[in-house]
Amino acid sequence: MEFSQGLISAAYIVAALLFIFSLSGLSKQETAETGNWYGIIGMSIALIATIADPRVDNVLVIFVAMSVGAFIGLHLAKKVEMTQMPELVAILHSFVGLAAVLVGFNSYFEMDHSLTANLTDTQQMATNIHLVEVFLGVFIGAVTFTGSIVAFAKLRGIISSSALMLPHRHKLNLVAGVVTFILMISFVQSDGSVSALYFMTLIALVFGWHLVASIGGADMPVVVSMLNSYSGWAAAAAGFMLNNDLLIVTGALVGSSGAILSYIMCKAMNRSFISVIAGGFGTDVVIDNDTDYGDHVEVQAEAVADILCGAKSVIITPGYGMAVAQAQYPVYEMTRALKEKGIDVRFAIHPVAGRLPGHMNVLLAEAKVPYDIVLGMDEINDDFPETDVVLVIGANDTVNPAAAEDPTSPIAGMPVLEVWNAKQVIVFKRSMSTGYAGVQNPLFFKDNTQMLFGDAKETVSDILKGL
Amino acid sequence: MNIGIPKETLSGENRVAASPTSVSELLKLGFSVQVQKGAGTKASFTDQEFLDAEASLVTKKVCLQSDIIFKVNAPSLEEVEQMKDGAHLISFIAPAQSPELLEALRAKSITTFAMEMVPRMTRSQSMDALSSMANIAGYRAVIEATHHFGRFLTGQITAAGKMPPAKVMIIGAGVAGLAAIGTAGSLGAIVRAFDTRPEVKEQIESMGAEFLELDYEEPEDTGSGDGYAKEMSKAFIDAEMALFAEQAKDVDIIITTAMIPGRPAPKLITEAMVHSMKTGSIIVDLAAAGGGNCELTVAGKVANINGVKIIGYTDLVSRLPNQSSQLYSNNLVNLVKLVCPEKDGTITVDFDDQVVRNMTVVNADEITFPPPPIQVSAAPAKPVAAKVEAVVEKEEPTSQTKKHIFMGIGALLFAWVASVAPADFLSHFTVFVLSCVIGYNVVWNVSHSLHTPLMSVTNAISGIIIVGAILQIGQDNVVVQILAGIAVLIATINIVGGFVVTKRMLKMFRR
Repeated sequence: MEFSQGLISAAYIVAALLFIFSLSGLSKQETAETGNWYGIIGMSIALIATIADPRVDNVLVIFVAMSVGAFIGLHLAKKVEMTQMPELVAILHSFVGLAAVLVGFNSYFEMDHSLTANLTDTQQMATNIHLVEVFLGVFIGAVTFTGSIVAFAKLRGIISSSALMLPHRHKLNLVAGVVTFILMISFVQSDGSVSALYFMTLIALVFGWHLVASIGGADMPVVVSMLNSYSGWAAAAAGFMLNNDLLIVTGALVGSSGAILSYIMCKAMNRSFISVIAGGFGTDVVIDNDTDYGDHVEVQAEAVADILCGAKSVIITPGYGMAVAQAQYPVYEMTRALKEKGIDVRFAIHPVAGRLPGHMNVLLAEAKVPYDIVLGMDEINDDFPETDVVLVIGANDTVNPAAAEDPTSPIAGMPVLEVWNAKQVIVFKRSMSTGYAGVQNPLFFKDNTQMLFGDAKETVSDILKGL
Repeated sequence: MNIGIPKETLSGENRVAASPTSVSELLKLGFSVQVQKGAGTKASFTDQEFLDAEASLVTKKVCLQSDIIFKVNAPSLEEVEQMKDGAHLISFIAPAQSPELLEALRAKSITTFAMEMVPRMTRSQSMDALSSMANIAGYRAVIEATHHFGRFLTGQITAAGKMPPAKVMIIGAGVAGLAAIGTAGSLGAIVRAFDTRPEVKEQIESMGAEFLELDYEEPEDTGSGDGYAKEMSKAFIDAEMALFAEQAKDVDIIITTAMIPGRPAPKLITEAMVHSMKTGSIIVDLAAAGGGNCELTVAGKVANINGVKIIGYTDLVSRLPNQSSQLYSNNLVNLVKLVCPEKDGTITVDFDDQVVRNMTVVNADEITFPPPPIQVSAAPAKPVAAKVEAVVEKEEPTSQTKKHIFMGIGALLFAWVASVAPADFLSHFTVFVLSCVIGYNVVWNVSHSLHTPLMSVTNAISGIIIVGAILQIGQDNVVVQILAGIAVLIATINIVGGFVVTKRMLKMFRR
């Protein structure tokens, strides 16, 4: 079965529209599932139309490749733990990056290099533009590829999540950029020299690796969404190479959505995008251990259970520590037990809590916490003064009063959850160590704060027994 | 040193700058006091009472030759002429409005303390004559209003029928305003009050009045830091005027006390508002001397506009002459205590003392007005917030210009590309730009809880790159075929994995 070009174009337009609907559907909880379906249908239409294109041969190979890919993808998606979502997303980005590199190379190899000798001006210009497209497409793809692999490895814990600090790292990045630009010019001038393309790919791979390696673990939400954005731009670049509007539209959609997510994350940390990308947060900080913050007060799980029973309203503030300890299930059990006693329980989520935008929401959803009691920082920050007890589970920098009170603090100005305004704060923590930013947290030493040391999963279970 | 108390020459002025009590206080501080004959008559202080307090009675000429002159109102230029070179003067001066007077005083090297320049600090409250006089004016304003108002202020239910209480609106809750609130309230009226400074709400409510609020918020705090109100923005004034226009139709008595130091009084009650008031209503304009808060105020007179009486008396304080003189003379005694710490009957001007520095408008042969600003901070300061705002404001304009520069560069670059590129490329480029805009608008409002599903869906969608690979797989080149095959495979992982995991996640979200 082969479609005419008109029909294929129409199918592409429909697919592009469905993708737009898909993204807009995902902006609200109620329409999210429909949005996902729009995406699936759009993708199916696009695939069928492409395979039915008369220019496409080797359908058998395609089917074999797709079946294998689908099997692997299904397997990955079914088995992944929700705490591992960031890793999955990162590795999937690397696939898009690699695919973009391969498509770029193919597009280059396809060109008929024998004809370049005698072209009219317009044809020459078209060739030049095509070469630039190939070059950029491969570059973005390669950066996305290695960047995502490093992000994956960091999230997985295969390599240290702390920021890699090469000497002159900013200069190295700059040099890589400049050399790439020079290579691009020579690539176009020589009407496509293979060596320039290979050399650039190598640089891009190293550049992508270094880019993410120099960004620390706490900035991972930004990195992941940034890579998401890159994978989109890579697809768009491929669309330019292949003169395919569907690729351009989809790539641009993904690219801009990733960029916006990165921007939202950066704003939540009160930092500029550049400073995150340039990396090195938390390392230039002079850690002031001399300041005497006073003493912290320790408390036991049974006592916390009593405090909770006497409260009217409770807010739980989870952070990455909850994900690490896999404590979301006992936290939900505790929430349910408290709700049965008529206590108002809500969750406060900082935008950059976790290692992926919205990571905490997914974890809580996995544990069956209803989404309407899970509130964002802006929605709940004013409610802390009327709250009896706040449980801080595995969060540190996102609840640090120094951000609001101490202008010299490295996290000064970052919007934080103002838990210290509540009547009582219980902090669940493994030890008194500092958070990712390396900043001591004055919250721990406040008069209304008590510390509950231990593994969050176990301590929450102990509290549950006491209720 | 001897202190001279001349009789006030301003017409309608009944006060005097000393009382028998204050005279004995001054004697204790080591001064001698000479009072002009008949100076206290209008304030019900007889010459005999001053004599009994061991002051001497002198003629005007002798009196003005004293080392220190106490006055209520600023001296006329002729009076300054008759004063001794190098004397001291303590009085209301209105230094901002009377440069000639300051010059005349300077020419005669008369060190002058202006009573309106007492800073509003806790320490100087005992010298604050503006406050002590305003208190009296506020009380008297209600009394005058009641006198002209042909009805009860309090509501009564009698056998012969019911009478509603009068409604009083007081604009400006300074000392005068608060005194008026208290007086009107104790007469039984329903009192409402308005002030531009939100921090006085509590004071107004503590006096038993209702605080009238605007549905407009002034971005900055409205106290000027020196304890007085300052001028407001246009939008604020519009909101304020709307409130007054609405209240004017309802209330029976309006008492306005809005004054901004050193400026004409703001016009708050327009002619239209006056006409909208009920017949028999009263407006008391305490700012009449400064031009009036009401457009129709006649200073010193009662104007009758269609049955609405506008009281523009400028001598309200003077209408309680005995007590106002007592309070004023006590303010003066307290000031003298400050400038005569040794109690040896001499005055020393210590410019290190903020109160003294602020009040001294002429020091020997030098005009020292206006004084350097001091912040007494009536409103709680908000240093942190202010700092943050300032930084933000600073950054904004630069980033705006940067943005414009980038936009300009972008436009030029695009123009260049458009001029050389084939139409084919441009059409793709248009599609690209439009898609970016759509993506931006679609994603901007995503709920924070859906960021992860959004990422996995966009990730799945970016697997669309498979289309490129599929189109390439049919090439003859074997390398291309193999690479395209791999690309198809991994892109499929992406598509299937992304959609399935999103579905899994979304299933978990529940209400």
